[in-house]
Amino acid sequence: MKDETILRVKGLQTHFKTDDGIVQAVEDVSFELAEKETLGIVGESGSGKSVTNLSLMKLIPSPPGKIVGGEVLFEGEDLVHVPENQMRRIRGNKISMIFQDPMTCLNPFLRISTQMIEVFMLHQNMDKKRAHQESIEMLKLVGIPKPEKRVDDYPHQFSGGMRQRVMIAMALSCKPKILIADEPSTALDVTIQAQILELMKELSAKLNTAIIMITHDLGVVAGICDNVCVMYAGTIVEKAPTEELYKTPKHPYTQGLLNSIPKLGKRREDKLYSIEGQPPNLINLPDCCSFYPRCEFAMEICTKKMPEAIPVGEKREVKCWLYHEKKEVFRDSPVA
Amino acid sequence: MGKYFIRRFLGLLPTLFVIITISFFMIRLAPGGPFDEEKAVPQEILVNIEKKYHMDEPIVMQYGRYLLDILRGDLGPSFRYPDHDVNFFIVSSLPTSLLLGSMSMGLALFLGIGSGILCAVRQNTWVDYFFMSIAVMGISIPLFVIGPVLMYFFALKMHWLPTSGWVDSRAGWITVLMPVVTLASYYFAYLARLSRASIIETLRSDYVRTARAKGLSGPVIMFKHVLKGAMLPVVSYLGPAFAAIMTGSVVVEQIFRVPGLGKFFVQSAFNRDYTLIMGTVIVYSIILIIMNFIVDIVYSFLDPRITYK
Repeated sequence: MKDETILRVKGLQTHFKTDDGIVQAVEDVSFELAEKETLGIVGESGSGKSVTNLSLMKLIPSPPGKIVGGEVLFEGEDLVHVPENQMRRIRGNKISMIFQDPMTCLNPFLRISTQMIEVFMLHQNMDKKRAHQESIEMLKLVGIPKPEKRVDDYPHQFSGGMRQRVMIAMALSCKPKILIADEPSTALDVTIQAQILELMKELSAKLNTAIIMITHDLGVVAGICDNVCVMYAGTIVEKAPTEELYKTPKHPYTQGLLNSIPKLGKRREDKLYSIEGQPPNLINLPDCCSFYPRCEFAMEICTKKMPEAIPVGEKREVKCWLYHEKKEVFRDSPVA
Repeated sequence: MGKYFIRRFLGLLPTLFVIITISFFMIRLAPGGPFDEEKAVPQEILVNIEKKYHMDEPIVMQYGRYLLDILRGDLGPSFRYPDHDVNFFIVSSLPTSLLLGSMSMGLALFLGIGSGILCAVRQNTWVDYFFMSIAVMGISIPLFVIGPVLMYFFALKMHWLPTSGWVDSRAGWITVLMPVVTLASYYFAYLARLSRASIIETLRSDYVRTARAKGLSGPVIMFKHVLKGAMLPVVSYLGPAFAAIMTGSVVVEQIFRVPGLGKFFVQSAFNRDYTLIMGTVIVYSIILIIMNFIVDIVYSFLDPRITYK
């Protein structure tokens, strides 16, 4: 059912030039996105999740940022080399984006209608009246009460959750193939979070939109993602279907992440697990596994060379020397 | 909104009253008086003059008399130019100053914001460096250097422009060029730097990233999404700037012999011409107050989060 690949990212590299050196924010990222799939990208702050996705849209602030390698194949074209004016026809139309903080992502100086209408007029050649009508329809779709009245309000007249609904309405107005959601629920409180995620899931199914969900919340991933990529220091260290990832995490980093989730019913005295150390500085990374200084299983070779991604089971990949050396699974269920 | 305007307008009056009161007494605290001459004036004459201008009365009486005069719209007779009253000087020279001031402000706004946008969009390129260097010069070189240099080059060397004068002279409107450019230079520079910084900041905001993600083109983003917000600091600077350009025109009016109010502003202070000082102070205060009032109103048009009730 979910085989048709619509987006293929291969060896994507995005670097930022700074005074201290080149920051390798995204280093060799590859993944595929199937039609209607919901793909989670998880990782801690600074792991390159957002930069990866801004690179797909070519929205990296440049300078200092630059996509220095790899390709992004979408509808038979490599977006990395598509000229800007053509890229603009894709943004907001075929691939759209919603962001973390709905309080700052809508223009506070313009009416909601003004901001929604321009998407319809730009990508679907509608006249203003029709676009206004469509905007009301979209607001109704995302569950804004009295949309015909609220559409002409300003963003400050909406609550955080409502604004995120407006953002979703705006992003989905052209029925995009892909919706990139950059931590869409992080800035919201928990009940609103659940509503927003539910809404995204429901609408993407209705509009046949695939979702790339960027988050650092493993609960969100478990809730709505089909597949997960775990990012660390600018690269994807593990890729797996969600259920399998939670059941049998392969990469020591993933294992550490899952172990650090507080569990209900655990005794209070037990200290919460945490991965020792700090993520590496992304400036001038040496050619070695970026996780080895924090890894319990680090070996000689980890300090010498970055491992290639290696398939482990169906639709699963992991970037770790443990699985290069011996093909059998290192530990079946270290979490349990 | 209409109610707000009225309330706000009535609120201006106490401010003005405070300014008048403080100025009235401060002027009289300064050493010297309007009738001091290098050559001593005979006592009898001095007494007569002081009597004529009610200077022999207690100061509180003088103050009360002055307030009553103002309420009747009379700024009193000039102490130094016995044939004229202050109203005459202001009515005859204020329009010139206003014209010079608003043309300079217009030029500074147009060029300042224009180059601000250009520099922000082409940040850290030679275009940016070029305009910002000009702006630094505009801020650091004083009027009384820029004016004479322009005059020397364009009038004395190239004979393209008349050295001085104003629109009522034989040369006509061409006379405004140099005074306007000279007066505008500082404000152009300041506005260019201010709008550049503000636009760059807005360009980095989340909502501009959203606009980009919607596929909007650069110019649409700039003029529809960026400028409205980025102009807020510029607008709030405009109020005091306009008042400053009016008083700042003193130097330019002297250099280019423009018959504006500035001359009286300076001379009256030197002459201790009490009523003329008060007259110019009141006029400048009113301009400043009105400009700030306009700024507040423009603000509410730019930013929907600000409402006046």
